[in-house]
Amino acid sequence: MAIVTESQRSITRAEVHQTITRQSKHLPSLALGVTLLIAVSFTLLTLFALLARIVTQAIPALTEKGSGFLTDTIGSEASKVGIWPGLFGSFGIGLGVLIIAVPLGVGAAIYLEEYAKQNALTRFIVVNIRNLAGVPAVIYGVLGLIIFVGWLKPVTNGGTVIAAALTLAILVLPVVIITSMEAIRAVPLGLRDAGYGIGASRWEVTRDHVIPYAMPGILTGTVLALARALGEAAPLIMIGAITGLLPETSLSGKFTAIPMLIYSWSGRPDSGDSNVGWSNAAAAAGLVLLVLVLAFNIVGILLRNHFEAKRVGS
Amino acid sequence: MNGLLAVADLRGDPRRRAHDRRMRRLLGGSALVTIVISALILFVLARGTLDFLRSIGWDFGILRDLNKAPGWFPRRERFDLLTIFTGSVIMGMIAMLVAVPLGLGTAVYLSEFAPSKVRKILKPIVEVLAGIPSVIVGYFALKFIAPNIVNPIFSPDQPRNMLVSGLAIGVLVVPIMASISEDALRAVPSSLREASYGIGARKSTTTIRIVIPAAVSGIVAAFIIATSRAIGETMVAAMAGGRDGSGPRTLNPLEPGLTMTAAMTNAAGGTDQVNAGAPFQVLFFVGLLLFMMTMTLNVIGDRFVQRVRQQY
Repeated sequence: MAIVTESQRSITRAEVHQTITRQSKHLPSLALGVTLLIAVSFTLLTLFALLARIVTQAIPALTEKGSGFLTDTIGSEASKVGIWPGLFGSFGIGLGVLIIAVPLGVGAAIYLEEYAKQNALTRFIVVNIRNLAGVPAVIYGVLGLIIFVGWLKPVTNGGTVIAAALTLAILVLPVVIITSMEAIRAVPLGLRDAGYGIGASRWEVTRDHVIPYAMPGILTGTVLALARALGEAAPLIMIGAITGLLPETSLSGKFTAIPMLIYSWSGRPDSGDSNVGWSNAAAAAGLVLLVLVLAFNIVGILLRNHFEAKRVGS
Repeated sequence: MNGLLAVADLRGDPRRRAHDRRMRRLLGGSALVTIVISALILFVLARGTLDFLRSIGWDFGILRDLNKAPGWFPRRERFDLLTIFTGSVIMGMIAMLVAVPLGLGTAVYLSEFAPSKVRKILKPIVEVLAGIPSVIVGYFALKFIAPNIVNPIFSPDQPRNMLVSGLAIGVLVVPIMASISEDALRAVPSSLREASYGIGARKSTTTIRIVIPAAVSGIVAAFIIATSRAIGETMVAAMAGGRDGSGPRTLNPLEPGLTMTAAMTNAAGGTDQVNAGAPFQVLFFVGLLLFMMTMTLNVIGDRFVQRVRQQY
């Protein structure tokens, strides 16, 4: 066999051993590894610090008020405020997104994926939707201020929950369309061909095969859109949401929403004589918003699992 | 029955076909709504901009404040565009100084180094960070970043300043930077990595010399799109930037500053009685500029994303 002297063989063995057991002290590798770990831990630390700050600051306000924090109206004292008007506004906005953005967005996605011919107009519509997804929220606020508060005043009665719901529905429409398009694109072609093969029309195939199959993805998009709409505040400032006192909640009057309360209360100075200041109230409202947003995500995941289980079963 | 079958027999029930055509029109209509929205945005911004320019008598000189202490003072009809532009750029730059190392580092770790168990936990956590509303990040800026980080280190004159706001906007765009670059890194075919290992390269060499260069257009896309988000971010800048609608021009990140977005919300808010005149109408003008800036960035960013898709 090969002629190897004893000394050469031992060097090779040591090297092989080092490589296999990863006892190498290669500095660049080590540096890269450490750098990446620092980056990841900073990201995690930031999230942790944010959640910890919100929770610890929220506790005094929540223990002071209990469930009254959710059901009471906005007051002028930090220790006595509730967020009921904000909850009312945010629920109205969520409902508006469900009623307007979801059917419109899913409809547009179905058209673009199932019906539209691959021509210049279709490409333009898709590029335009991508651009709309990147338009800053505050610009949608300008749109809402002019169209829904101004032009459509007979319908919305000015800067009301209805105007806010319409504005935010338009804002999240691109999110719904893009996620639904991806879900519909993932439906196997064979499913459609089987439908056409037995004489079903395009709409029948879409309704009975494509939409049910794409439902998990569509639901995920819906949930993401809802979460986004609930957290937006900039468009609400533009269309004139109230940050001060709001004695009664109605569809036709002034409104506010949870993010607006957080925005307003964060800026107020804490008075020293009470153990519940405005920053505690703002944190408590922030905690409610975070819980809502996270709950929507969990509901979305559960729904998705449910549909996926059903698909396997059928 | 003579066995002949006409094309008409195969077309199916005319009522069902009519229903299909109705649905086609309905669905096509909802797709066209998106075009209408874009057209309305442009129309509203352009019309408001015209109103504003008419209000200031087409005097473009007013947009560049030549006073000794230039600044953005809409109530006094001083609209120094450079003030709000530098505000947006400085806070955007600070944000990207945070977002690029954290976002890119997280993306490279997730895509190249993380064991699948760690990835399964870490990825949803990054997604949670992406879902946090910007008002809450604004609160975090005021109640944590300012008192616990920026004040002890830099002791600025004002607790609310461009550094605090920029850092918080950075926190907000880290997940965008991370998720788009991670997609790009994972799109790099494993054959490239295997070829590199095959000639004896280490993991670190493979990552730095092979994977990252191969994914560079996606990483550039992530950077551009994240920058666009940072410039368009409103709530954090309005809450932590430190200026309520007016202020002098400054380049010092430890001083309060005003972004284009915050200038817009301030022009709209608190003007319930006077929704007219240049101090209000300027929001359309700033909005149009912001719209064009972010759209340019988004279009360029999207080009880079498409390039990644075509490559692999």
